[in-house]
Amino acid sequence: MKVLLLKLWMAVAAVLLLPTGSPLAQPEPTAPAVGSVLQQLPGASLKKTGDLVRQLEQAGGAEMRPLFEVMLAGDLYYVKESGQLLQIQKNSDGARMGISLFEGKSLGEFNSRDIKKVRVNNRLRSQLRDAIARIELLHGDEAAQIAAVLAMLDDLNEQNLRLLQTAQQAGVSAEVSTLIELAEAMVQLRTSTDTADRLAAIEVMQGRLETPVRNQLQRLVNSDSEQDVAVVAAAQKALDKISGRMEFYGQMEQLFFGLSLGSVLLLAAIGLAITFGVMGVINMAHGEMIMLGAYTTYVIQQLMPNAIGYSLLVAVPAAFLVSGSVGVLIERGVIRHLQGRPLETLLATFGISLILQQAVRSIFSPLNMQVVTPEWMSGSLAINPVFSITYNRLYILLFSLAVFAALVAILKKSSLGLNVRAVSQNRDMAKAMGVRTEMVDAMTFGLGSGIAGVAGVALSQLTNVGPNLGQSYIIDSFMVVVFGGVGNMLGTLVGGFSLGVANKFLEPATGAVLANIIVLVCLILFIQKRPKGLFPQRGRAAE
Amino acid sequence: MKLKKYFAGLALAAGTTVISSVALAAETIKVGVLHSLSGTMAISETTLKDTVLMMVDEQNRKGGLLGKKLEAVVVDPASDWPLFAEKARELLTKEKVDVIFGCWTSVSRKSVLPVVEELNGLMFYPVQYEGEESSRNVFYTGASPNQQAIPAVDYLMSDLEVERWVLAGTDYVYPRTTNKILEAYLEASGVAKEDIMISYTPFGHSDWQSIVSDIKKFGSAGKKTAVVSTINGDANVPFYKELANQGVSSEDIPVVAFSVGEEELSGIDTGPLVGHLAAWNYFQGIDSEANEYFVQQWKKFIGDEKRVTNDPMEATYIGFNMWAKAVEKAGTTDVDSVEQAMIGIEFPNLTGGVAKMNKNHHLSKPVFIGEIQDDGQFEVVWETDGVVAGDAWSDFLPGSKDLIADWTAPIKCGNYNTQSKACSGQAQ
Repeated sequence: MKVLLLKLWMAVAAVLLLPTGSPLAQPEPTAPAVGSVLQQLPGASLKKTGDLVRQLEQAGGAEMRPLFEVMLAGDLYYVKESGQLLQIQKNSDGARMGISLFEGKSLGEFNSRDIKKVRVNNRLRSQLRDAIARIELLHGDEAAQIAAVLAMLDDLNEQNLRLLQTAQQAGVSAEVSTLIELAEAMVQLRTSTDTADRLAAIEVMQGRLETPVRNQLQRLVNSDSEQDVAVVAAAQKALDKISGRMEFYGQMEQLFFGLSLGSVLLLAAIGLAITFGVMGVINMAHGEMIMLGAYTTYVIQQLMPNAIGYSLLVAVPAAFLVSGSVGVLIERGVIRHLQGRPLETLLATFGISLILQQAVRSIFSPLNMQVVTPEWMSGSLAINPVFSITYNRLYILLFSLAVFAALVAILKKSSLGLNVRAVSQNRDMAKAMGVRTEMVDAMTFGLGSGIAGVAGVALSQLTNVGPNLGQSYIIDSFMVVVFGGVGNMLGTLVGGFSLGVANKFLEPATGAVLANIIVLVCLILFIQKRPKGLFPQRGRAAE
Repeated sequence: MKLKKYFAGLALAAGTTVISSVALAAETIKVGVLHSLSGTMAISETTLKDTVLMMVDEQNRKGGLLGKKLEAVVVDPASDWPLFAEKARELLTKEKVDVIFGCWTSVSRKSVLPVVEELNGLMFYPVQYEGEESSRNVFYTGASPNQQAIPAVDYLMSDLEVERWVLAGTDYVYPRTTNKILEAYLEASGVAKEDIMISYTPFGHSDWQSIVSDIKKFGSAGKKTAVVSTINGDANVPFYKELANQGVSSEDIPVVAFSVGEEELSGIDTGPLVGHLAAWNYFQGIDSEANEYFVQQWKKFIGDEKRVTNDPMEATYIGFNMWAKAVEKAGTTDVDSVEQAMIGIEFPNLTGGVAKMNKNHHLSKPVFIGEIQDDGQFEVVWETDGVVAGDAWSDFLPGSKDLIADWTAPIKCGNYNTQSKACSGQAQ
């Protein structure tokens, strides 16, 4: 405790010695010392804690950053008896290990009964984040600085503006500098009375997509008290330009959403395009093959908890093998005995799907399983403030195309593909030519099921991994294959993407429920008109 | 041959259970458990079946009721709504149970309702629901909208100063009714129509891209925005994931959910959810002696240290104990006597304070708002001053604001119109 206080006093002294001009270096005369503020923190109400954080920022400045970060993470605790503040981290055994603030020294294990958490809520979290942003602006790297300036655009008060100017003088990169100029323009537009100055400010703001810029211009245009006609006209023009750009990026976003939904449909359907499309087996257990792939991902993650980042890469071949071998078993055990009897096949595979679901329920419990999203698949790629692409969707889009390409290559270039095509076109002739049709059937079904398993790996990143996972995709899969044209791989690709895009462009206008219905109705009408789908098979093979 | 032997053994075993249950029937009080153990709702309802079994166990260890042992009769309505009615009939006519604990979804409750009314059964319903109902034969121990939705909105309005509202829900009766009530309430509190966005999605919706993007746009108008979510079950996980991926944090746009509890969080990676809110009458994390005992008892009963407790479990716990108290007070398990004895019964909440059964068959309970933590538990950030009395009929809907339920003499009516002083103010 003594060491802690000493350190804090040194921090305060250091802050006092900073060159003037920095607002952080000007402790208000009434600001109490850091040590006494910290003593009030244990047991303080949420509201009080907010005040205390403000005082700490004023008094402690940049030195408070580790404290704020620990608090933000929800790891700040105090010992009930002494009121001593400390950071608590759970180690791998779940024991609560204490770490002293500011020095990071280990304080040993604590019993959960003896310590209590310093509570934080959303309001405090955003206050802490802002405080850290202010510190980051002067001390952080470029990305942190950009984030800090963007956070301040919302709340451009005197203090923040001075801080921005200080940062500007201290020297920042071109991008940060542009943003700071934007902030200054926003303030100028708000406070200046000189028309020329204000028009210049609007000039800077023109075409910027940041939300606060748009809101400020909107307020200016809507306000009744604004007298300066030239400024209002310029603001309106700037706003129109911003809206135009937003409209464009909105369409881009819509398109990406559509492609992404399409890629999910494609992944789900692509395995079925082989089992149903090429082999003609109505496989109701297709969804469960996807589910098995997703559960394989879960098991792989359980086996390698320390390398979650790579787990998906391992899961892809593993899921292919698991679902593929289950598929081969199903084909050998059931489907081959039902050749040429589609109704029985449908019922038998439906039965298999129920058996697989219940098996998973018995083995893993009916609860959903937790599949972790690796770091590299979280978050989004921000192209500009109104258009960003989420990484998981982007990777899955690319992945679906890669799987599709691989599959087409197998069918077109490999000897297995040649045999598959031969058997599907004319079974008897292929047999007469010495193709082992039984073997080919098993392999084809295994291939289709394996691909479904691979789809399950991707879907585990988007949705729940539970026994019902497969059911939610089976209808969509059949829809895509039938729409695209049975037996045509390209049809599945085009079908999946067009259904996805159509759905997403309808959704904003009609809502999610109605969009689904409209797409389904259109699909039924389309099938009425062209029963063989988008790309019907031609020639003798079609018979 | 082997198979035959096996079947014979099975038949014999089944025979003995029948005999033993017949022999016991005379001296036991039968408790019917009507929760789905298979199908889509099994994930939530199995827990409640186990809770009732645990309570029955506990009561028997205390010596049973009225000198008799309790006996649980478990049936499986398999998440199939018409089957709920059939199974309820089976429990009441064939098994002759004295009380039923059951149902989760509103549609299953609606399906059972005519059966328990016709056969004069007694049912305890332990899940938060949309209100607009009060039956003489049902006790509602979960929250009605004014015990969950309205306080949550009050919290957002007063503490977080939210001005724009997204009401997002799954497309079925509970979200639709709750959102109707909330919309009326918000408009009555001075929120403009253009500041409310309502969106419905199908069950199990997993592609949230467009909706989250809409929410983001809606929330960027310079006013503090919050999402009030009645999204049901599985669809929540992809929703929160999409929010996190598109960079919507709980500080910018908090989501307050009415269907996300400890149990729902136990199967997922809670990282993206931290800071979002939920409104319930109970959280596992609330510090009290009774709660700690209950949590320990549950973990021991189920034999899994990682199992969590949740709000519907507390509602089952309170309902069961109130029923036991009422039976002792009435000195019989006769439905009419127990129904009257139930009204006014008090029982301590697990979170401290006392729950009371009101004349309208709804409970008075405290309301908590919790923030989701990274360990899947909730940190209480707000609670009501005292208990809130459950409202059977919402005061904010034009059709029901004059209606009350009062099952004591002289009114004895589930939908009494205070204006016309007549029962059955609505078609029922």
